[in-house]
Amino acid sequence: MAKLNSSDIAIKVTAVNKSYIVGKKKTPALENINLTIQAGTLFGLIGPDGSGKTSLFRILTSLLLPDSGEIWVDGLNVITEYKNLRKRIGYMPGKFSLYTDLTIKENLDFFASLFGTTFEENYDLIKDLYVQIEPFKDRRAGQLSGGMKQKLALCCALIHRPTILFLDEPTTGVDAVSRKEFWEILQSLKKEGITILVSTPYMDEATLCDQVALIQEGKILDVDTPAQMVNKFTNPIYAVKGANMLLLLRELEKDPSVERIYPFGEHHHLVMKEKDVLPVLPLGVTINKIKPNIEDLFIHLMQHHE
Amino acid sequence: MSPLRYILEKEFKQIFRNPAILKVIFIMPVIQLIMLPMAADYEIKNINIAVIDRDHSAVSNQLVQKITASNYFKLVSYDNDFDAAMESIENDKADLILEIPKNFEVNLYNEKESKLFLAVNAINGVKANLGAAYLTNIVQAYNSDFRIETLTPVRFNEIPIIEISSSNWYNPKMNYKIFMVPGILVLLITIVGMNLSSINIVREKEMGTIEQINVTPIKKAHFILGKLIPFWVIGIVVISVGFLIAWLVYGIIPLGSYFTLYVFAAIYLMVILGIGLLISSYSENQQQAMLVTFFIMMIFVLMGGLYTSIDSMPIWARWFTRLNPISYFIEVMRMVVLKGSRINDIAPQLLIMVIYAIFINTWAVLSYHKRS
Repeated sequence: MAKLNSSDIAIKVTAVNKSYIVGKKKTPALENINLTIQAGTLFGLIGPDGSGKTSLFRILTSLLLPDSGEIWVDGLNVITEYKNLRKRIGYMPGKFSLYTDLTIKENLDFFASLFGTTFEENYDLIKDLYVQIEPFKDRRAGQLSGGMKQKLALCCALIHRPTILFLDEPTTGVDAVSRKEFWEILQSLKKEGITILVSTPYMDEATLCDQVALIQEGKILDVDTPAQMVNKFTNPIYAVKGANMLLLLRELEKDPSVERIYPFGEHHHLVMKEKDVLPVLPLGVTINKIKPNIEDLFIHLMQHHE
Repeated sequence: MSPLRYILEKEFKQIFRNPAILKVIFIMPVIQLIMLPMAADYEIKNINIAVIDRDHSAVSNQLVQKITASNYFKLVSYDNDFDAAMESIENDKADLILEIPKNFEVNLYNEKESKLFLAVNAINGVKANLGAAYLTNIVQAYNSDFRIETLTPVRFNEIPIIEISSSNWYNPKMNYKIFMVPGILVLLITIVGMNLSSINIVREKEMGTIEQINVTPIKKAHFILGKLIPFWVIGIVVISVGFLIAWLVYGIIPLGSYFTLYVFAAIYLMVILGIGLLISSYSENQQQAMLVTFFIMMIFVLMGGLYTSIDSMPIWARWFTRLNPISYFIEVMRMVVLKGSRINDIAPQLLIMVIYAIFINTWAVLSYHKRS
């Protein structure tokens, strides 16, 4: 395969497979993954725990060799040109993996020096982030709160001004306010021209991405923009609410005209097989037609997939 | 060289922020070097002896007196019942039984020959061996005294006797501390060095920091050297503390030069740390690394020539000890401290250590993979 033109395609993954040996059994982690990510996009990899997100990230960041397949990142072949690639990518693993016995500033200086650069040189890129943790810059990383750790980790991943940023579940275990802030930061990084690949188990974060890929059991179910993706959901969907929610769920599950019903916040989401057909509802139950969201789609795709 | 400088800076910071490591560096050598040589005494005293005297003669009396006067033996029973003596061995009250048969004195005078019976409790092998040897010596000494007293020399002597007088070279008073202390010092820096280095890389694996390191363009050799050098410095510090204690507490000053010792120690540490890093890079977690280190160290220490003489091991074991770095350093340590050997005298050992160090550390660098 010829060298890719790196100006428009940031990541190209072709027919990647990876399996782990668990005991004596071969367990597939990724099966025939194909993915193309345009440069400058904020790309979300959405899937539940154990779906293969981290394995894919580790392959893309040259930490893990796939069993087969071809991967190009930023115009470089990940398998053969990994040495050059490592200078250009930033990776923030899901687990906090900076030195807990070094301070914020020491971690930043150390990782900057490993890339042959300095904290000052790329300060403008991380400035917005850094000012938030600056008051604690002499505090050891191990003593920071979850939100601050995550900001520090992002700073460290950005310190060498990478062209592509890999964020593996950056918002897991972070409070709602910090999560919102974090996504705002990602939007501003995108404006700097950095391609961002972010994985998350939270469906609501999918809508904040330019493009999303849904991943389940090592297979990519669909890749599209969040808006287009929900358009693929054609069945009518309703939100139902009653006094006895559990009983309501049990009753409606039995109805043959119901495709599926599942709890969703304070409502149940009810998906019907055909339009204009409503199930027989007990007294006092409210029903409203709603627009499907990405989570409804994901549940839909998951069950179809099975 | 500059990436290495940053790695070293980071490693040193981490070491000095870990109070446990500092304790290991200074308190461990002090305690071990003061406690172990005092306790690890090769001279066996207080051997409990049960004497069965069936003769009750002047000669048997004299013999028993000689034995008890020697300071090595403690008389626990003195009667003529073998079963009682045997019981005291079974109760661990006696280590040796000496049986003086009936007519011991009469036979000695009349037939110019008499026999003694010696039974040894071999549960504590060292004590049994040495006890039997001491006792044989005393009996022999008594024997020659007896000859001089009783057999008035006709001309000079009827039977030719070879008399041995020995002098101990390099350690005239056979002070066991002079060879134990430097040996324990070798074990000490081995334990400190191998333990610290073996849990290091694996700690980064456990903390996950190795992932963050692996995605950087850092060179493998830099990473390994960055781990090796700080522990090397610690090792040199520990050995210096050890020399200081050896001098202050035991008055041991090497006959040879400290320079020779430091040259060897410098290379030796590279071997030990390399082994530690190798274990670390193959281990999944700290527990595993500690167990493997413990296993290897146990073999190295017990087969290192400090506690048992390598020359008395079977041939296969002697070959095996050639792979044991501890045995080289203990040998060199004794050569330099006791004999005053110089660099050229220890050149063969030094050369082997250099080859060993290159081999182990190359392996350690190669075994560390930045991707799986």
